[in-house]
Amino acid sequence: MKAPVSWLKEYVDINEPLHEVAHRLTMAGTEVGSIDQIGAEWGPVVVGHVQAVNPHPDADRLRLVTVEYGGEDGPAEVVCGAPNVAVGQNIAYAGIGAMLNDPYRGGATKLKRSKIRGVVSNGMVCSEKELGISDEHEGILVLPDDASVGTPLMDYLGDAIFDLELTPNRPDCLGVLGVARELAAIGGTAIREPDISYPEDGPPVDSLATIRIDDPDLCARYTATVLQNLTLGPSPEWLVKRLAAQGQASISNVVDVTNYVMFEYGQPLHAFDLDAVENHAIVVRRSYAGEQLTTLDGVQRELAPDTLVIADPEKSIGLAGVMGGANSEISDSTVNVLLESATFNGTNNRITARKLGMKTEATLRFEKGLRPGLSEVALRRATKLILEVAGGTAAQGILDAYPEKDDAVVTLTDEKLLKVMGVEYPEMQVIATLEGLGMEVERVGSSYEVRPPYWRPDIAIPEDVCEEISRIVGYDEVPMTTLSGRVPTWEPSLERDLREKVRASLANHGLQEIISYPTESDSAMTAVGAPTEYSPLRLENPMAQDQPYMRTTIRASVFRAAARNARTWRGAIALFEVGAAYLYSGEGLPEERQMVVGAFNGPRDNDSWVSDTGASDFYDAKGAVEAVLEDLGIEGGFEVTDDPAFAPGRCAAITVNGKSVGVVGEATRAVLEAVDCDRTPLAAFEIDLSALGEAIGESNAPRAYQPFTRYPSSVRDLALLVDTGVSAGAIRDVIAKNRLSQQIDVVDVYSGKGVPVGKKSLAVRVHYQSDTKTLTAKEIEKAEAAILKILGQELGAELRS
Amino acid sequence: MSSGTESSGADTANSPLSVEEIKVAALAALTVAGSEAVLDEWRVSYLGRKSDLTNVLRSISSLPADDRKAVGASANLLRASLEEALAEKTQELRGAAGSVADALDVTLPGRRRRRGGLHPTTQTIRELTDAFGAMGFQVAEGPEVEWERYNFDALNIPAEHPARDSWDTFWLESPDGEGRSDMLLRTHTSPMQARIMEKADPPIRVVIPGRCFRYEATDATHEWHFFQLEGLAVDKGITFADMKGTLFEFARRIFGPDRKVRFRVDFFPFVEPGAEMAIDCFKCNGQGCSLCKGTGWIEIMGAGMVHPSVLRNVGYDPEVYTGFAFGMGVERIAMLRHGIDDVRQFAAGDLRFLSQF
Ligand SMILES: [Zn+2]
Repeated sequence: MKAPVSWLKEYVDINEPLHEVAHRLTMAGTEVGSIDQIGAEWGPVVVGHVQAVNPHPDADRLRLVTVEYGGEDGPAEVVCGAPNVAVGQNIAYAGIGAMLNDPYRGGATKLKRSKIRGVVSNGMVCSEKELGISDEHEGILVLPDDASVGTPLMDYLGDAIFDLELTPNRPDCLGVLGVARELAAIGGTAIREPDISYPEDGPPVDSLATIRIDDPDLCARYTATVLQNLTLGPSPEWLVKRLAAQGQASISNVVDVTNYVMFEYGQPLHAFDLDAVENHAIVVRRSYAGEQLTTLDGVQRELAPDTLVIADPEKSIGLAGVMGGANSEISDSTVNVLLESATFNGTNNRITARKLGMKTEATLRFEKGLRPGLSEVALRRATKLILEVAGGTAAQGILDAYPEKDDAVVTLTDEKLLKVMGVEYPEMQVIATLEGLGMEVERVGSSYEVRPPYWRPDIAIPEDVCEEISRIVGYDEVPMTTLSGRVPTWEPSLERDLREKVRASLANHGLQEIISYPTESDSAMTAVGAPTEYSPLRLENPMAQDQPYMRTTIRASVFRAAARNARTWRGAIALFEVGAAYLYSGEGLPEERQMVVGAFNGPRDNDSWVSDTGASDFYDAKGAVEAVLEDLGIEGGFEVTDDPAFAPGRCAAITVNGKSVGVVGEATRAVLEAVDCDRTPLAAFEIDLSALGEAIGESNAPRAYQPFTRYPSSVRDLALLVDTGVSAGAIRDVIAKNRLSQQIDVVDVYSGKGVPVGKKSLAVRVHYQSDTKTLTAKEIEKAEAAILKILGQELGAELRS
Repeated sequence: MSSGTESSGADTANSPLSVEEIKVAALAALTVAGSEAVLDEWRVSYLGRKSDLTNVLRSISSLPADDRKAVGASANLLRASLEEALAEKTQELRGAAGSVADALDVTLPGRRRRRGGLHPTTQTIRELTDAFGAMGFQVAEGPEVEWERYNFDALNIPAEHPARDSWDTFWLESPDGEGRSDMLLRTHTSPMQARIMEKADPPIRVVIPGRCFRYEATDATHEWHFFQLEGLAVDKGITFADMKGTLFEFARRIFGPDRKVRFRVDFFPFVEPGAEMAIDCFKCNGQGCSLCKGTGWIEIMGAGMVHPSVLRNVGYDPEVYTGFAFGMGVERIAMLRHGIDDVRQFAAGDLRFLSQF
């Protein structure tokens, strides 16, 4: 909504700087997005006074004009070609440097000191066209005699427009008058109401037309009047300009007035050609099944059920509150007009506008729900203005179908006001503030009975009145207190705690968290092995057409991010994301199962003289999982498994307390292609946090303290030779079963030269320790021999010689 | 008397040196000492149990009574000054470590693990929830795919309400493939207000971080996918003044103790009265700059007193209970604090961005 300051000033005095006014409007809820200055670009253009006019020595059509403009160096001599310049006039004087429109070529140019036919011209006397006010260029702009010489022309002729960003509860501010009322209420000043009186010289209105509302649920009030013997034609300048500032083209004087009153009061109106209305009888009704109407824009429209139409006894003649019908349109030959100002149901109006794709200035206002009281005032205002610009006579009285009178009263108790705001407002202040907003206020006991004015549909409950008082007095005046009273009892949130621990653990172990869009393509999800038992939910209006699904796996997002970074990031790539897989099981909302996926690609670390900078692989992904489990204080296992995303033989299930909680592996070639990853391997893990939470169960308790033995430990290395198929885990498990082995570290794995084909060499360092005594060499040897025996029996392991 | 100065005191046992002679010899030997190992030998020679000086001190009792005091004093003085000289020399040698054969290049990078990190959104959510946690607010979370009735109807935004235009919505297709379902991607974290109040009785004091979605074109300051932090406090006797005080305290914790806070009137269908909170611009201190678009103020969040209809919808009596709610954009707070100029970075997964936090 645009509110020109010049228009606002018609209703309210504005004496403060505009940015200050804008600030106060904004603070009170009517946000001024910007102030557009008209004439701000002019520069040094001021009101000047013509002291002398002399002939140009070398040109008959030019004259030398002496202009007093309040400059320090006295009057300026200007060469001027305008025929109407005369001594004693006040004119617009442009000094050197002014930005003026070029009247011939168009566009703005900067005025320079120049010689015109041998005489220096110190500036210029401007035409309206040069100032960009109008196309007038026959003569110079002559200003009124009381214009004060030296005043910047912008102050005199310029305008500023408040560009407002309105909230949907304030349709009154979709009219300039509504904005002026805000200013008056904020500033505590009076409003000058527009004149709505006019001579009712015509016949009684009910002898000229009738109205009937068939569907009062969709039309709370319908007012109308009849104007006769009008002269249709162009609108006067002021009307054209005001509409232009709203981006509304001038159509004809009568139509322009209906638009003008809409921009003034926020009430849309419509003018019908009375002679096109059968029997001069208006019926407001729902459309018939299959009914059609050709609207003003020439489009023939199929009307959905529940569309409210304005009709005569034979046909519909308008879409109520949306657009008039072509069959009753005002034309050049129109002489008699039926002027409508009605209150249509906001919701119904909005549905109709949406179904027909016809959001108009009218529906923008109607959809917010206008008060019936507004329709009559706007009708009278428009009638008055039509008589002014198009002549004719208005009927006596108005037609007014108003089935149920709207008389909203809101009761606000002192107690409620205090309870909501936490501050006491003195009675005098409350009454003055509300009356300043146009409300009728009656003090009854310890309550205020508040009647909101006809232009405010948004005051319905006591809390609304609380806001009105506090916002006009100012939110700044509300004190600040701290919350006292009860603090809620603590509620555990195990899932969130677990998730946040995992997050922190992964970050601590050198992985960078990412957050991705949760939408995905079908093909990517299939490629990375999304769970097949859930079909993904699809968005009706996806942001990216190729990613219309809510992801059922977060693998693809993380893998893609790793692949992208591989092209831009020089160092290690170790990423993880925590996010929901949206799993829809046929009813209710989808389960949002929290998943963690990590991905590794490229060097393990930055190139360095000490770090291991080899390419990350399976064991980096596994190491991250082990670190997380260790941080959580739980023991995990890794078992060979299959997963469509990971290469066979390079994939393990993560188990906790015997339950699978995730997977770790190296991505297949097909996955690499699907996520556009050029560098191998792409190692990754996935942990299902809800499965992990379940597997942990009660073991999520704080770690229990274990007394540690104070007896020394002894270290012995075993160099074992085993078949390549024998896993380190199996060897470890055997050694761990011995009650004296306390710590087992695999320190070397080797196959190749010196090791028979089909075998591998494994070096295992075992720490032997007892919690009851210091072990003797003999006891340790005995334990080692026992271990070797079982290793040999169960796994075919032998000591490497 | 020997005049030798090059040898240690042990060689001159039969003819004790004078205190002055010991001093000259010891200092001369110290001057040429070039390593800590030599210093160690020197200490044994001149200050050790078998050194001349020790011998002098031991033999004091055999001196004439008149000399005892003077010799004792000068010997003790020498011991102190030699210990001091040794300490100085040790310092000197250690300071010149570059010349030491086993010295390290201390400018070589140390052994360390690759650095990881939390996403700036996660970090910001943690700081925000901590700030409110200190004021007794607990953390709750809720579904990202939400019912229309929680996202809108429960919040006093019925179907066809013009206010729905403020929330451009992603709708889910009906899973049976027949048109639109009544599931959507939540446009704000506010549906959790109703979900929480449905489940619990007052007092309520909770913040809700979470992912939200708006179907709108993206640019440097708009993203269709973002995080919000919602807050809700409901009980008997909670007022607008409490809301101001609480949110002001929050702003102090997050933006520092010097910030001013400002409330202006704003409209959200689920609160009344409604407000928008701003802090004075920390970049220009309210003078006006590009960050605050010349206004001196930076909008931080929307807030307001919970609308009685919202309370009534969840079965709370608005004549008994009042409360306030607020919501802020997490990325927006992160952008302000870190000087990030493009919100699209947050979901780009780019290490060049993420590694900076
Ligand atoms: Zn600033």
